[in-house]
Amino acid sequence: MERMPALELEGLARHYGEREALSGISLSLAEGQTLVVFGPNGAGKTTLLRVLATLLRPHAGSISVLGHELPGEAWAIRGHVGLLGHEPLLYRELTARENLRFHARLHGVGEARVSELLEAVAMDARANEPLRTLSRGMVQRVAVARAVLHDPELLLLDEPNSNLDPAAVELVAPLIGAASGRTRVICSHDPSGGLAEADVVLGLRAGRPALLRAATAVDRDEIVELYR
Amino acid sequence: MSGVQAPERTLQSPRAVKTVGLWRTVGALLRKELLVELRTLESVPGMSLFAVTTFVVFHFALDRGSVEGDLAAGILWVTLLFAAILGVNRLFVADADQGGFDGFLLAPVDRSAMFIAKVATLLSFLVVLELVAVPAFAVLLLGAPLGPALPGLIGTLALGDLGVAVIGTLVAAMAVRTRARDLLGPLLALPLFVPIVIGGARAISPLLVQAHASAPAARWLLTLGLYDLVFGLIAYALFDFLLED
Repeated sequence: MERMPALELEGLARHYGEREALSGISLSLAEGQTLVVFGPNGAGKTTLLRVLATLLRPHAGSISVLGHELPGEAWAIRGHVGLLGHEPLLYRELTARENLRFHARLHGVGEARVSELLEAVAMDARANEPLRTLSRGMVQRVAVARAVLHDPELLLLDEPNSNLDPAAVELVAPLIGAASGRTRVICSHDPSGGLAEADVVLGLRAGRPALLRAATAVDRDEIVELYR
Repeated sequence: MSGVQAPERTLQSPRAVKTVGLWRTVGALLRKELLVELRTLESVPGMSLFAVTTFVVFHFALDRGSVEGDLAAGILWVTLLFAAILGVNRLFVADADQGGFDGFLLAPVDRSAMFIAKVATLLSFLVVLELVAVPAFAVLLLGAPLGPALPGLIGTLALGDLGVAVIGTLVAAMAVRTRARDLLGPLLALPLFVPIVIGGARAISPLLVQAHASAPAARWLLTLGLYDLVFGLIAYALFDFLLED
């Protein structure tokens, strides 16, 4: 069976006041595929993720996420999208378990899933300590659990391995890696690692697409060139 | 580990998202709010200490044995409102600074739940504040014993608290994402609180005299109630837009 596009963008634009953050982004991504977005700081990668997560409104273009048009049908997408951004979206004064339990209640997810995920990210032993007492790597592991708590079809990952040691990267791979079977959009600054994950590569420069191709047709040096 | 992987599914057969009811969402948010306050003690102790300190200052500054009537009512309400401002300013800080807004907005829930939960949170802070502040006011400033006036006073404070909580929540949501939130919150809130001070003070003024009236002034209670209703509706209608990009 031909796979449906999970993402379809046509002429997406977004600006902050006078400043253009994204412009002329058009692409299609089939379900189960991984789009890796490269680009220097301020290129618009995080803005793209936030638009796809329905947290920012697009200012121009047509956007379809999981078969629903944005921004009109944003309500239908929430609950199907998991966002792992620079901020863990967790409360520092609450424990890992309390944080996950809170998000589980918002998503109608049971307590068993919370325990299951705490174990999966090897945080069950520290689950009852306030987040402010944990290392950044540990907080990132809890944030991974938070992002997949409701079993989303689409994962939006902004440098997901930041703060994680190699063992932790391996630990979270079944949840947010290719093996998870989810459609993924990943922002990355790692040309080799990102390329290895990608089905489709998008390179952004000053909010505009500078590179858009199947990963198999992209050379690592082309990605490095984006940062020069 | 395989137990936590996503099940196979297609866009033709997407997983049905379990929607959470409004009141369950309010419950989850309220529980989180109270837990955060219990851990940090950032709002209620500061509000209470401010109110008690203010009464001590009035006690010495007025240089009289006791106050009653309009003056007593005015001191009580103005002090409570300034103390409330401290709580209003902190109401959304954890959400804005730690990504709580985004976490909430990503969930398939009714966004009005956050408004209701925040109003309930602020209301609970105000109740605790008044449990400390009103006895302190009676001891430090009030000439007449509060006993017979207590039911009327509680009723009037409850109506005033509801208005403060509704307006405070609306204003805090508007101010929190601005750089000058600590200044903007009080600047926006205080003018909107003025009718509550007027209505509240006029309503309880007859209760705070030696010969207590048996009930607060009904006309001012009605004014307070109407003000609460109007701002409740306005805030409920506007709140979703404040959360939007």
